[in-house]
Amino acid sequence: MTPLKTASAAMVVGRFWRKPPFIANPWVRYGLMAVTLIYLYWAFSTLPFNWERISEGLPRSARIFGGAFPPSFERGGLLWTGFKESFQIAFLSTLLGVVLSVPIAVMAAKNIAPKPVYLLGRTIIIVARSFHPVIVAILFVAAVGFGPLAGILTLTLYSIGFVAKLLAEEIEEIDWGQVEAMRSVGAGYLKTLIYGVFPQVMPRQIGLSMYQLDSNLRASAVVGIVGAGGIGGTLMNAFGRYDYDFAFAILLMIIGIILVSEGISGWVRKKIW
Amino acid sequence: MVDHAIKLTDQVWSRYDRKEQRIRYVTYLVMLIGLVWAVSDIDIFWPWVWDAPNQIQSLGARMWPPRFDTWDAIFNAMLETVHIATLSTFLTIFIALPVAYISAQNTTPNKATLWLGRVILVSSRSVNTIIWALLFVAIFGPGVLAGILAVMFRSIGFIGKLMGEAIEEIDRKPVEAMEATGASKMKIVLYAIVPQVMPAFFAIIILRWDINIRESTVLGLVGAGGIGVLLQGSIDLFAWQTVLTILLAIVMLVILGEAITSALRKKVI
Repeated sequence: MTPLKTASAAMVVGRFWRKPPFIANPWVRYGLMAVTLIYLYWAFSTLPFNWERISEGLPRSARIFGGAFPPSFERGGLLWTGFKESFQIAFLSTLLGVVLSVPIAVMAAKNIAPKPVYLLGRTIIIVARSFHPVIVAILFVAAVGFGPLAGILTLTLYSIGFVAKLLAEEIEEIDWGQVEAMRSVGAGYLKTLIYGVFPQVMPRQIGLSMYQLDSNLRASAVVGIVGAGGIGGTLMNAFGRYDYDFAFAILLMIIGIILVSEGISGWVRKKIW
Repeated sequence: MVDHAIKLTDQVWSRYDRKEQRIRYVTYLVMLIGLVWAVSDIDIFWPWVWDAPNQIQSLGARMWPPRFDTWDAIFNAMLETVHIATLSTFLTIFIALPVAYISAQNTTPNKATLWLGRVILVSSRSVNTIIWALLFVAIFGPGVLAGILAVMFRSIGFIGKLMGEAIEEIDRKPVEAMEATGASKMKIVLYAIVPQVMPAFFAIIILRWDINIRESTVLGLVGAGGIGVLLQGSIDLFAWQTVLTILLAIVMLVILGEAITSALRKKVI
């Protein structure tokens, strides 16, 4: 062994490797930690926790889960009507939403709509997207009364927001050559749309519709909680009457149906693409 | 030669061949049957449908103009909403990361933990935040805690699933290199896996925080804290002008949240 090698080995032994810190600047690093701690303290100290009520939580949850097992499918009729209504709401609102979203998407696509129309289309989409469906549902329930009509209106708006936005983005990305070809043979605006634009976005639109059907089915279970029809209302009633075994049965059914519908919608989308 | 030309003139161009055409007609038929069944069977009182535009218009008229006299209460409720979203996102991290670890195929200790992880993810994701909130309000009573737990339980599935996918997509070589030097399991996770999924982690957390803000605005409708409590209260009192103010505040909060997340995304990623 040469003296040089032993020296370098000794140096290596004396040196330590440390993981470089995630944030290089120590001020920023410790500053962020301090800010996080202060925020946590502030948030927890200002939030109104009702500790007395919360401490009752454990025995209560024991009672709830004790009451929930085994789930009761006795009132199958009620379960069936609820889910049927949810399906109907989801199906009708998807159909309505998808049909309405086509003209709105055309309006909101920069490359085929004139500027003022484009702005109008974008505004419709932004308005449709800005609220959680449950808030929209509660407003529609107030306006048109309890029942599936409010649910259909809510989910139609919800579908327009999602489908029209993504469809408009898809239209903006089409191959312009086909549109030009249609125009150069003298086709009008409508014919250009039908033969030059729509065939290019059709697979995407069908995929989006299937996705939206799945998503509307999920949402229809939720908007029912504020009175817009469907299984959500049944669930809310079961909770309200402390019928935990029936509520649990509804929950299991919802989970099952969502898994099935996710599977179907995924399968169709895979087929099309 | 002439025959061929005649044949060509007889052919009519059509966009779909026969099989495609058949699939299309069957699809149309199924949709039509579904439509007829849904419309005829659904429990709707049709005169209300034709009256709906009037009703919506009249509700809109009652809302205008917005009233700002309860602005303080609204501001505090908004702050509570943001707290619910932020705290639940923060707390979710500590649960979602271990779940992601056991539900990723390349890091999970064994088959049983893999399935445990998947069951947790699926059940968390298929129950909506509002339904979780309903459950936790029944357990812990109306209030912020129920809201935080509800948002957390929904977020575990979201963050856990996306993080699990990120872990499955890492480069194996650093892990192998560390295994070759005899590093412990803990060290492999810390030095070979964590650095690789860090960017995905921040992207997912920021995305979920944005979603959680929207979700927190509706929790109050079932009594789980936040601005929704105020909204429900104002609707019950027919204080439509206050309702409009609250709606405007929610839109502002959502826009603010989107601005913050897009700024953070640019900074971090």
